[in-house]
Parts: sequence; C-alpha cells; structure tokens
Amino acid sequence: MTREEIFKGLNEVFSDVFDEDIIVNDNTTADDIEDWDSLEHINLIVAVENKFGIKFNIGEVNKMKNVGEMVDLILSKL
Amino acid sequence: MPLYRLMGNKEASDIHGKINFISRLNDEFYTYAREHDNFYICDINYISADYGLKKWQEPFYWYMYKYALNVSAIPYLSYNIANIIKSLLGKNKKGFVLDLDNTLWGGIVGDDGVDNLEIGPEESSGQVYSEFQNYIKEHKDLGLVLNIDSKNEAENALSGLNHPDGVLKPDDFIEIKANWEPKDRNFLQIADSLTVLPESLVFVDDNPAERAIVTSNIKGVVAPEIGEAHDYIQVIDRSGFFEVTNLSKDDLKRNEMYKENVKRAKLQATFENYEDYLLSLEMIANIKRFESIYTARIAQLSNKSNQFNLTTKRYTQTEIEDIMIDKEYIPIYGKLSDKFGDNGLVSIVIGHIIKDVCHIELWLMSCRVLKRDLEFAMMDELVKLCREQGIKKIKGYYYPTAKNKMVKDFYSTMGFTKLSEDDNGNTEWKFDIIDNYKNKNNVIKVEEI
Repeated sequence: MTREEIFKGLNEVFSDVFDEDIIVNDNTTADDIEDWDSLEHINLIVAVENKFGIKFNIGEVNKMKNVGEMVDLILSKL
Repeated sequence: MPLYRLMGNKEASDIHGKINFISRLNDEFYTYAREHDNFYICDINYISADYGLKKWQEPFYWYMYKYALNVSAIPYLSYNIANIIKSLLGKNKKGFVLDLDNTLWGGIVGDDGVDNLEIGPEESSGQVYSEFQNYIKEHKDLGLVLNIDSKNEAENALSGLNHPDGVLKPDDFIEIKANWEPKDRNFLQIADSLTVLPESLVFVDDNPAERAIVTSNIKGVVAPEIGEAHDYIQVIDRSGFFEVTNLSKDDLKRNEMYKENVKRAKLQATFENYEDYLLSLEMIANIKRFESIYTARIAQLSNKSNQFNLTTKRYTQTEIEDIMIDKEYIPIYGKLSDKFGDNGLVSIVIGHIIKDVCHIELWLMSCRVLKRDLEFAMMDELVKLCREQGIKKIKGYYYPTAKNKMVKDFYSTMGFTKLSEDDNGNTEWKFDIIDNYKNKNNVIKVEEI
C-alpha cells in the first residue's frame, strides 16, 4: 500500500468518525478538526486500527504528533 | 472479573481471592436490589461471560483511555442497559404468537401424523423441540400470553399440541388460530381479541416468508430470525423482549385474566341487552386515592397504556409518590373485579387543582376492561372528590397520538363541552358540576371503604 492509498483510507475514516467531509494531510493535527477531542480520539484510533487491520501500542499512540506520523506508523505495520 | 487469577482456581473459593471478593460484592448488590424498588442490576458478570471475558477487556484501552471494556464490547453492554430502560418505560412485549410445524415441533403434523413428530426425550432432534417448548412455557409463568398462528387444520393442530411428550398443551394458549388464512390476518385477530396492540406480540415462525408477510403487513411487529431449531432459544432470549424490571401481581395473573375474558365473551353472547350482560357480571370496583402499595403498579400502567389514554403523560414512581401526598392533586385509581375474577388495578385519573378548577392531567384505563363502564364509575368518584373540596369545574384534555384514537370523543361521552381544538387535533373540554349531579355508573357496585 502506498502513502497515497493510506491517505485515501484515512480520509474515509476521518469523514466517518467526524461525520463531515475531511481531507487530511501530513500536517493535520487535532487543532485542525473541531470535534477532535479526547473521546473522539479513541473512536478515531479504533476506526483506524479496524480500517487497516493493525494494532497500535501505547507508546506509539502517545508519540504521534500529526497525521503524517500516523501514516508512517501504519506503513510500518502493514 | 479480573483478567488474572493469582491463586488460579482457588481464587473463586478462597476468601482472600479477588474473584471471591467480587462474587461476594455482587451478592451484596443483588441483596440490595431485592430489597429496594427502583434499583436495577445490569448483570455485567453474565454479559461479559456471554461475550467472552478475554474479548470483553482490552488492557490497551484501559491503560490508554481508562475504558473498562473493549470498545467493541460497548454496544453489547449498552444494549443490555437499553433493555432495562425499555422495560421501565413499559416497552416490553406482552406475549408470543407462535407457529407450530417446525417451530414448536419437528415435522408437519398434517403430513407426517402426530406419531412421527419430532418432540420428546428419546431423540436429539426431539429434545431440541421439547426444550424450546419448555422455554416458551416458562414465559407463561412470567405473565406473558401464548398464542398459535398456524397453517393447519384445527384438528391436526390440537392433536399435535396434545402429543404426550409435548410440554405445551392447548390449555396454555389464549388464542389458537389454526386455519388457512394469511398469517397476518390471524395475527391481527389475536391482538384484537386480547385487546393489545399488535406490536406488543412477538411472532415466532421458522419460515422467513411467513415472517415477512406478518412484519411487512403489520407495522411494528417483530419476528426474530430464529435460525435453526437448536438456536431458537438463544436468538429469542438475547432479543430483550421481556426484560423483567418490576414484576407486578397483575403480570403474574395476566393469563388467568385473559382466560376469564374468554368466559366473559361467551356469557355476553347469551345476552341481547348489553347492560343486562354487564349487570350479570356482578362487578365490584374499588376506587380510591393513590396508596403507597400501588405506586409501582400505577407508574407501570402510566408508562405502558397507549390506547385508552387521554394525555399519554408518563410518570416515574417517584413522581407518583409526590403526587400521592400533594394536596393540590386528586389522584385516584380504580380496581375492578367480577364474578369471573379480579382484573386488578386498571384505571388511573390524576386531577391537578389549580385555583378552583380540577385539570385532568391523566386519565387512562387498561384495555382489558374496555366497555365495562368503569370509566363512568371513575367519573363519579372524581366528581365526588371535587365536590368535597368545593370544586365545581373540571377541565379535560385530549392529545392525539398514533395509538389513542379510541378516546378522541371520550370527554363528549362523559358529558363535557368542547372548548377548543387546535390544528394538531388537541382538544380542551370542560365539565360543570351541577348540584344534582347524577351518578353515571349503574352497573358496577363501588365499594365504600
């Protein structure tokens, strides 16, 4: 899977979780999306895990700074 | 339950074990629940076992987000909590409408003959159906009504139900419709004769086509996809149709009451004059102000009465208790019995006194005592209590819902005058209590205290 394909998948996940059309990029963070609070964050992580069939571990989730890092992490797990 | 067991299996029995501690703690909760109304247990211990304890918990979510259970298990927990709430709001189902062939027994009684049906302890296939019949019969003890809706010759249906190894017997059912009519038509007739809404009955049939006919032609009826015979119990049991929260005496006696209604109908057929029939029932009513022993039943009734209900206002038990002691209210209940049996507490009127006017906030009656003139006796009592407080004016309100059309003109029948009607069909009525008010009820003996 390429980075582009992962971004495409993430756009679907984000749009689904936050219930609006969202296009993410490398620099997207929680500050860019109004509804991205701690509770939605959990739903987002679960949805991303299910979408790509992967599991994050605790350290990884805590360290993620932006969507770009999330994509790198997903790539490394596929 | 914890995900680890320090002492292994001994954790369960040893007083120092965490498993043992949780079991004892739970037991204390159960005791408390038994002794307190309005306290309900959502049995997470069972739900998590049913879901699979290993899947139920996910340490990742606990450490990351302090989620006590796996995100994927949340819907199942929510579903169970929702069932309790649903039950408290009076949304439980009231009974079953069951198919016979390949539902209550294996085989087709008309083709295979009674002797060849699969039912009974000898064969595994028969055990499956015996157990299912037993499961259905246990619902009867909880006050749910059982009915048959089967494409069969009536005679064959009855001989199948009289199978010596069968658990369910013809006498366990209120209505047995075994004919070649469409099943949805039979279903509606059953609901009608029980005076319950069709959607309060669960349709159980192994045939997906029959289920589709019933659910597509009758709005709101559920017909679970029961799968293979050995799955029937599990599918129905996890559907949350009959979550028990408050089991009233009336619930437990419901089957008897429907049987009595069948007898009443037979008696009625022998009279030409309806009033003569009513008199022959030798009805006795108890109509009184709310009493604390009945608050649970009153709250229950206020939440589940839909048809004979003028305002469809719902009350919690606490609200009922508050109204009971509030001097600004005239809250009365009505109980009705006759020579066939006791119908229990079946009618409620709540009058709210504001200045010199009694506003009827709630007037409802259980449909199982329709056309027995109890509403007139309730009116007489309301008038009497108003007079005692010097109130000369009563105001009634009718708010239409999808289900309460039968009482649209109720206040007119009671002698009220219509004051207004808005675009939504909400109407307001008034009744002036005249000095020589004559009691409207002539057929029920109202017991003085």
